[in-house]
Amino acid sequence: MSHHKKMVLPLLDGALLRPALRDTFHKLGLRAQLKNPVMFVVYLGSILCSVLWVQALLGHGQAPAWLTGSIAVWLWFTVLFANFAEALAEGRSKAQAASLKGLQKSTWAKKLAAPQRYGAEFAMVESFDLRRDDVVLVQHGDVIPCDGEVIEGIASVDESAITGESAPVIRESGGDFSSVTGGTRVLSDWIVVRISVNPGETFIDRMIAMVEGAKRRKTPNEVALTILLLALTLIFLLVTVTLLPFSAYSVNAAGSGEVVSLPVLIALLVCLIPTTIGGLLSAIGVAGMSRLMAANVIATSGRAVEAAGDVDVLLLDKTGTITFGNRQASAFVAAAGVSQATLAEAAWLASLADDTPEGKSIVVLAQRLTDGAGGHLDDAKVGRKLLADLHAGLTPAGASFVPFTAQTRMSGINLDGRHIRKGAADAIRRHVEALGGSVPRSLLQQVDTIASRGSTPLVVAEGAQVLGVVELKDVVKPGIRERFAQLRQMGIKTVMITGDNRLTAAAIAAEAGVDDFLAEATPENKLAMIRDYQARGQLVAMTGDGTNDAPALAQADVAVAMNSGTQAAREAANMVDLDSSPTKLIEVVEIGKQMLMTRGALTTFSLANDVAKYFAIIPAAFAVTYPQLNALNVMQLASPASALLSAVIFNALIIIALIPLALKGVRYRALGAAELLRRNLLLYGVGGLLLPFAGIKLIDMLLSLLGLV
Amino acid sequence: MMTAFFWLLALFMLLLTLSVRPMGAWLAPLASGSLPSRWQAFDAALLRRLGLNDAGMGWRDYTLALLAFNVLGAVLLYGLQRLQGALPFNPQQLGAVEAGSAFNTAVSFVANTNWQGYAGETTMSYLTQMAGLAVQNFLSAATGIAVAFALMRGFARRESGDIGNFWADVLRITLYLLLPLSIVLALLLVSQGVLQNLSGYLGFEALAGHGQTLAMGPVASQEAIKLLGTNGGGFFNANSAHPFENPSELSNLLQMLAIFLIPAGLCHAFGRVVGDRRQGWAIYIAMSVLFVVAASAIAWFEAQGNPLLSALGADGGSGNLEGKDMRFGIAGSSLFAAVTTAASCGAVNAMHDSFTALGGMVPMLLMQLGEVVFGGVGSGLYGMLVFAVLAVFVAGLMVGRTPEYLGKKIEPFDMKMVALTILVTPLLVLAGTAVAVVVAPGLAGLANPGAHGFSEVLYAFSSAANNNGSAFAGLSANTPFYNAMLGIAMWLGRFAVIVPVLALAGSLAAKKRLSPTLGSMPTHDGLFIGLLIGSVLLVGALTYLPALALGPVVEHLAIWATH
Repeated sequence: MSHHKKMVLPLLDGALLRPALRDTFHKLGLRAQLKNPVMFVVYLGSILCSVLWVQALLGHGQAPAWLTGSIAVWLWFTVLFANFAEALAEGRSKAQAASLKGLQKSTWAKKLAAPQRYGAEFAMVESFDLRRDDVVLVQHGDVIPCDGEVIEGIASVDESAITGESAPVIRESGGDFSSVTGGTRVLSDWIVVRISVNPGETFIDRMIAMVEGAKRRKTPNEVALTILLLALTLIFLLVTVTLLPFSAYSVNAAGSGEVVSLPVLIALLVCLIPTTIGGLLSAIGVAGMSRLMAANVIATSGRAVEAAGDVDVLLLDKTGTITFGNRQASAFVAAAGVSQATLAEAAWLASLADDTPEGKSIVVLAQRLTDGAGGHLDDAKVGRKLLADLHAGLTPAGASFVPFTAQTRMSGINLDGRHIRKGAADAIRRHVEALGGSVPRSLLQQVDTIASRGSTPLVVAEGAQVLGVVELKDVVKPGIRERFAQLRQMGIKTVMITGDNRLTAAAIAAEAGVDDFLAEATPENKLAMIRDYQARGQLVAMTGDGTNDAPALAQADVAVAMNSGTQAAREAANMVDLDSSPTKLIEVVEIGKQMLMTRGALTTFSLANDVAKYFAIIPAAFAVTYPQLNALNVMQLASPASALLSAVIFNALIIIALIPLALKGVRYRALGAAELLRRNLLLYGVGGLLLPFAGIKLIDMLLSLLGLV
Repeated sequence: MMTAFFWLLALFMLLLTLSVRPMGAWLAPLASGSLPSRWQAFDAALLRRLGLNDAGMGWRDYTLALLAFNVLGAVLLYGLQRLQGALPFNPQQLGAVEAGSAFNTAVSFVANTNWQGYAGETTMSYLTQMAGLAVQNFLSAATGIAVAFALMRGFARRESGDIGNFWADVLRITLYLLLPLSIVLALLLVSQGVLQNLSGYLGFEALAGHGQTLAMGPVASQEAIKLLGTNGGGFFNANSAHPFENPSELSNLLQMLAIFLIPAGLCHAFGRVVGDRRQGWAIYIAMSVLFVVAASAIAWFEAQGNPLLSALGADGGSGNLEGKDMRFGIAGSSLFAAVTTAASCGAVNAMHDSFTALGGMVPMLLMQLGEVVFGGVGSGLYGMLVFAVLAVFVAGLMVGRTPEYLGKKIEPFDMKMVALTILVTPLLVLAGTAVAVVVAPGLAGLANPGAHGFSEVLYAFSSAANNNGSAFAGLSANTPFYNAMLGIAMWLGRFAVIVPVLALAGSLAAKKRLSPTLGSMPTHDGLFIGLLIGSVLLVGALTYLPALALGPVVEHLAIWATH
């Protein structure tokens, strides 16, 4: 997995701050404010309060001019702070997008005339002028002008600009490696590409639009939450508006005091409506996309990020995700009458020239076993010499290597009249039987035992004599078992997908600790499995890269396509992993959950805050009518004016204070739902209830200390 | 004093809890439509005779049927009241009910509120009581239960466009639930001395030598459904404080149990219908905790008495007994007040107006919470489920999933319906009170000036909009102004809530039902119960705290401050 292009940004730096501050004021326009109903109420309140201030300055105010003025100023700050949060989140996102934009330079393309084949005449055109279904020739050193499909030729392509992976990849016509991405460079040979998109619709265009937030639409959960916040805002509007007649009645009934003034009611309203979450909601959403981006995953919609948090079932490819993807020698099982050392030596010799990971692992294991036992390989000297010759690029004297072929399905070495071979059990059996030998029954049993463990048995023979079996094992990645246990605790089921047979699959599944597996997987049964889980009411996530994965990707609720995958796979998916890392799915789920948790935590916090604000404002507003209500002034705030201002100031400052939390997200832990809820409820619910009591009191003390009220 | 109360409360909760399981077992087949096939065939035949059928309905059809049925009910009841002078079963020769009052009463009984601006014994003929008011007692209760059934089905069904059949629901609820229960309870009440006759009023000479009249009537038959259907409209003006309605301590206990019987059983039925009984118990426990705390608070405030009277030695240290019947005392009156306002019943056996400031605030708050602490038959459960959706929505996010309740994802449309539901009653209560304390016809009804007068108006609107129907009294509400204002509040408080709830049921029924995993938020454990209680209290407190501060709170502080 490569992370050298990881787009991580500091929370705050000068370069980000300046544009964010500028946008903060740009967002004061009516159109921008209308997008957020909660903050729009604050906006209107600020305007109204400012007007009342002017009125008070002219000597017609209901409340003292300095108080109305201070309230107005802090209400404006509340609006600006919310704007700043959103601007900052968007700024960070844009900075990430800018690094992608480098890929968007216009380039020259060689547009082929009819018959649109290699060798046809071409004209140089600007890449922005290319249309869908145009055909271009891309030769070594050229930049691929636009996303498309290879229809002829083969070339190695440097895709590091979008994947961060430095090794070039092969792109050729037909099959799973035929799609190319605009902005990448052909390193060798040539390809003929049919352009698959119009300008402005390329994959990178869509990614950038998404990241910049230009096309960011509210996700379903965001819409639902906004409805709830709007309903609460309406209730509080009702509460404050009706306080005016209630107050008028009370003043009349008590015969003392005066009717609560408009600035006080506006202050109460703004304090009560959920401004904290209202002001930070869109920042949370943008920051969620940013975090995904930092993990080198690009989502095609915010909805996909949300859905990632909901996933119940992860379909994981065995190879690369659960196992290292190549089998490694883990044991030598000698035949009856053959010593372990003889077998190890023969296997070692037969594998010396074998460049496959399996072959190398046999060499390593043989050396470790014999060295560890204090002994040496019998023919160590011969072997060392052979090795030295090999390294020097010479053909060792008296030795010839027998490479693996599809016909013999064996490989080995002929050395000084010794004919050593290794291969699949049936291939070796044919080989020794042809030489007049036979495979002992006990050895065949060993072969079956090894196969039933999910490993691959490799039989070694010298001449007509079978020496034993090498067990090649699919090695499960360290730590993956614990990861799956964590996922299980979070209620997420893991399913291993593999082309292996049932027996092999079952053994690896047991070792890796997955909950279920699909053996002998085909695109059809993968799709059927996803549908089956969905029918049982579960949400499924998967990764895929091949064109034949496209139907399953389209069916899955969360589908991450490898960036190295085909165009079809990427179109069907709702996220693309630039690293093409199969374990990325787990990270994606965590990021989705974290975003939802942040949203919930801040909503809870915001609502719990209101209790303290009532205790500050109700006595402040009504104690002149009913002095007894001072009993509710539990915080012992200095004066009605300072109580009111402290609440408004706290309400504004808490938005600024929570911006880091909104952008970074609440701390994520892999816990079950019940435990997560308990912790978050304690922290953000109870915390949200208590914190404002302390905060408002503190601000009140500061205000009195400074003699401001 | 408190000891007697706690014994009574413990006995009450024990009997109630014992009833929950059998009641749930009775209600669940009615809700899920799994009655014996012979019964269903009988209903279907009956419906066919009426030109109806029992085929499943989408939420829109269900809503239309429900609204049409209730509008028709209100029109018929209005007509009956206006024409009663010319109709039989009217031994006292009572004339037509005045138009404003008749409108208010018709709405009131159809909306399951049973706010009574009139005095029964001097206004309504026996025919109006039996064929009008009692009939609506049954039908309004059946309507509420039907809506709760529809919502249960919404949670239980998967990708279905059908939330049941309104006509079949009302028919079956009336026939198989309300009628048998009412007959049994009526007989039990008669055994305690509740009246049941059609005689004219009885005149006799009192000990003091002057003539007096004893009102008569078919009381027991009406009393039973008044309680079982959480209607609360008394046959007599004094309601359950009248010895002919509520003669003994035993009848008092029976009455309280009857009020909670169906609302509590519905919780369990809900658990059964959605296939997880723990879900039903969680709702029941949340309601019980709120109820026990509220009832204890009322009793405690009443036991404290009025310091001004205590200082004079006027109450003999017995707490606040003003407006209470000595048969029931503080224990029986406080518990009854809590029961009748927790459930949206509104029957009363004491004058809530005479309670201490905070003792009277708690019943008011119970109503303002939205009548979800057991609440009205059906309406209590659907109200509480709306709060559960709300609680799940906010807290569910904190477990890192988009919110779901019982496997149903809560999406924008559902949230819209939830928002409408929780907006309606605060709007009616606060706006109604605001108008009434400003305009002259509103102020004219106030018997007490100051904060207590404010409490009276606030109580009236809280009671009407939440379909409780109990009165704080002290407010002269049988005026054109209050008849109209409260009538509107009752109608909208009932049907402007039912429509979004049915829409929610329809939306939920159409969704897939996700299976729970360790990662989904549990909605049956202690934490969720706490969360649900917290949400109900937080929304209620945030909405009504300022208004309550200017009414009962300030009154309480004033009385105790001078002491």
